[in-house]
Amino acid sequence: MASESVPISGSIHLERESGRTWLETLHEWVITVDHKKLGLMYIGLALLFLVIGGIEAMVMRLQLAVPHAQFVSPEVFNRMFTMHGTTMIFFVAMPVMFGFGVYLVPLMIGTRDMAFPRLNAWGFWITAFGGLLLYFSFIGGDGLYGAGGAPDVGWWAYAPLTSPAFSKGHSTDYWTIALLVAGFGSVATAVNLVATVLSMRCPGMTLGKMPLLVWMYLVMGGMVLFTITPLTAAQMMLMVDRYLGGHFFDTQAGGSAVMWMHFFWIFGHPEVYVLIIPTFAFISEIVPVFSRKPIFGYPIMVAATVGIGFVSMSVWAHHMYTVGMASYSNAFFVLTTLSVGIPTGIKIFNWLGTMWGGKIRYSTPMMFAVGFLFQFLIAGLTGIMLGAAPFDWQLGGSYFVVAHFHYVIVGGILFSLFGAFYYWYPKMTGRLLDETLGKWHFWLFLIGFHLTFDFMHIPGLLGMPRRIYTYEPGRGWEVWNLIVSIGAIVQTIGTLCFVFNLIWSYFRGKKAGNDPWDAWTLEWSVASPPPVYNFATLPDVKSRRPLWDIKHPEDPDWKYE
Amino acid sequence: MTTRAGANIRLCRCFILAILGLARASGQTSSPTSIFAPASTPAKSIYGFSLFVLAVTAVIFAVVCGMLIYAAVKFRSRSGEDQKEPLQIYGSDQLELAWTVIPVLIVIVLFMTSARIIHAVQDARMPAGTIEVTVIGHQFWWEYQYPQYGFVTANELHVPVSDPSHPTPTFLRLLSADTDHSFWIPRLAGKTDLIPNHPNNTWIDPHETGTYLGQCAQYCGTQHAKMLLRAVVESRADFDRWVSDQRQKANEAPDAQAEEGRRVFNSTACINCHKVSGSVANGLFGPDLTHLMGRETIGSGAAQNNAANLRAWIQNPAAIKPGVLMPSMKLTDKELDAVTAYMLTLR
Repeated sequence: MASESVPISGSIHLERESGRTWLETLHEWVITVDHKKLGLMYIGLALLFLVIGGIEAMVMRLQLAVPHAQFVSPEVFNRMFTMHGTTMIFFVAMPVMFGFGVYLVPLMIGTRDMAFPRLNAWGFWITAFGGLLLYFSFIGGDGLYGAGGAPDVGWWAYAPLTSPAFSKGHSTDYWTIALLVAGFGSVATAVNLVATVLSMRCPGMTLGKMPLLVWMYLVMGGMVLFTITPLTAAQMMLMVDRYLGGHFFDTQAGGSAVMWMHFFWIFGHPEVYVLIIPTFAFISEIVPVFSRKPIFGYPIMVAATVGIGFVSMSVWAHHMYTVGMASYSNAFFVLTTLSVGIPTGIKIFNWLGTMWGGKIRYSTPMMFAVGFLFQFLIAGLTGIMLGAAPFDWQLGGSYFVVAHFHYVIVGGILFSLFGAFYYWYPKMTGRLLDETLGKWHFWLFLIGFHLTFDFMHIPGLLGMPRRIYTYEPGRGWEVWNLIVSIGAIVQTIGTLCFVFNLIWSYFRGKKAGNDPWDAWTLEWSVASPPPVYNFATLPDVKSRRPLWDIKHPEDPDWKYE
Repeated sequence: MTTRAGANIRLCRCFILAILGLARASGQTSSPTSIFAPASTPAKSIYGFSLFVLAVTAVIFAVVCGMLIYAAVKFRSRSGEDQKEPLQIYGSDQLELAWTVIPVLIVIVLFMTSARIIHAVQDARMPAGTIEVTVIGHQFWWEYQYPQYGFVTANELHVPVSDPSHPTPTFLRLLSADTDHSFWIPRLAGKTDLIPNHPNNTWIDPHETGTYLGQCAQYCGTQHAKMLLRAVVESRADFDRWVSDQRQKANEAPDAQAEEGRRVFNSTACINCHKVSGSVANGLFGPDLTHLMGRETIGSGAAQNNAANLRAWIQNPAAIKPGVLMPSMKLTDKELDAVTAYMLTLR
């Protein structure tokens, strides 16, 4: 199949230019406004920070492997979990999702670039700058006070721990400004994605004929516009507090710590969906192609995505069941939180419906997709437990929560992301990732993941709170923590397989051709890697699966849609 | 078809039993902080509710996971099969309606049961005979005020056992002196945060005597990890005796070394932060030491309360609890021995 490529009108092949110096190449990457180069740079940035955030996680797991360990001091441990959380959310998950988005969306809607190419470049560079600023805190955070270093206030930075009385030096300022500028980058790219989807689609591609991935990125972009804004507002207020003597969050002067929580979580919870909706997008492309069937129930998948987008904006205070809200407020947020489960459940059933009756090929992307479905199911069910306020009074703030959201982020988001890497890497580089290494990566990471995050639930049920640098023996937590730490090592080995695969396959991988997976969306109609202008003439599509129509002229999709 | 349905039901039942078994087992694995070994009404309400939620989620898991495994195995492409594409199916209105309506019903049931428990726990009224305690979270220790009895103590909460037929619950008013904290003794109740400038309430009514453990569950700074909670639940008679002891002023120093220790204590910065009732020491930033030796631990659970640990603590608290706000007073060995001797008299 890999050799068969289906030409669609207007695909062009440019010869690679040769004979440039490395400086010219570097210059070209720095000044580029090409969505493909920017997408790859976003992904590269995210991979760099993934390694850094992973090292921070390993420091924590080594410290927690046994009770009363003295591997690192409490100060260092607190910086590690703050930096781990901040890095993984803002400088791994966000950039990688934007990277895949700006790379794939123009190709999938049959256009030549994003709506605002230079804004695209600005969004990337300002995000990268934010990441560097955050890590500069290791050097500059001390300030004149000799206290600090990297921020140690936790990734949600609850007031009043961030006030000058409790956070001396400049570590919190670096954290604030890093997220502020990275937030501007996110908003810029979100504007760009929404504008691109709404105004740049090729002839024939109505909203109802867009690939699901594009729909989901449209919803994700819209959500970013609404969720980053309150975070930015809160960071501004925090800066006013810290530098201009404001009292928004200064509880000693009548400010409100609870207000910070509301601001943070009205960003923080939709943020989870900002990250998981692109994940759904990858799964909604991978599962149909490898099951050899169209997505089951396209209209309801779109409706469920938009529904999640709206409902997820009204669930934030389920992070605050223990802060002393009135009983009816708690009940309200139980209802909204559990309601998110309905559209999410619909999606899981529709993916199963897509697999049902298909001929499933277990290439590495599909293995990661099935892993995603299994783990996302469990993550959703522990989410129901946490969403039910009374149960959350016991589980909230414990290791059960840590296990739950890592199940979402690692078991869900990261698994589907690995699937996306195996699926689109051939398009991005022209070479397939090695399947044998891919299977090693999958099984090692799967085993490591389950060792770590299955057993991490148990100390939570046995009363172990999160964010403690050490714990007391005799509480029944020791053996579980040791297993969790061992699992982290196995995951690290799995990730090394992946990183090695990325590098090795770039030089030695099998040539991919235009369409190695026999897929149906427009990005597979162009060369791998796609030429600068993607399409010499814009394609004209009639259905959601334009390449299916070409490959099966006797039974085209547009007859049924 | 009937046999398969029967098998499915049996499978579900096995799952629920397995989950319940796991819950019970983890409750009995001698963890003093398991949420599955409740000993007080709020914790018991949550426990009952949690079993219901676990059962519902177990059934969902069994059904969906069963479907996933079935689809993933049954519909895999086999080698040697013809390469024809499978039948292209675009959706099914009936199926999609079914898997929208069923989750809606589950959500309604879970919401109603949650709301009932939320109301029962959160809106409970104080009966006559309630013990009231004000809990103040500090970096990184607990202050307990008993306004009905007019004394203050630290780090070890004492409450009377509550007979379910004549409940004498303890209502806790939760305040914070600095950053956010959270009060969590899993066997007694769910957690409630202590937030500066935002008073909260919670309550417990332990049904068995004993010592219940927990710890601060909201990140509060460097030593969040060693801000441990101990609640001593005693018979009413023992509790009343403890209350009357706590209301006494500190003992007179019985010997010369303790007397010397008291002089050192009262003439250094110790008294800026600590209070010893009946002496000049009147500080409020640190724990009240009037009846220090009545407590089993020091440093909010960081170490056992004995002469050797006390001396090490006074010499350099950060060696036991790095990040603690109490500084080392740089006392000489002789002064250390004397202050330790004085502390040992504070019964």
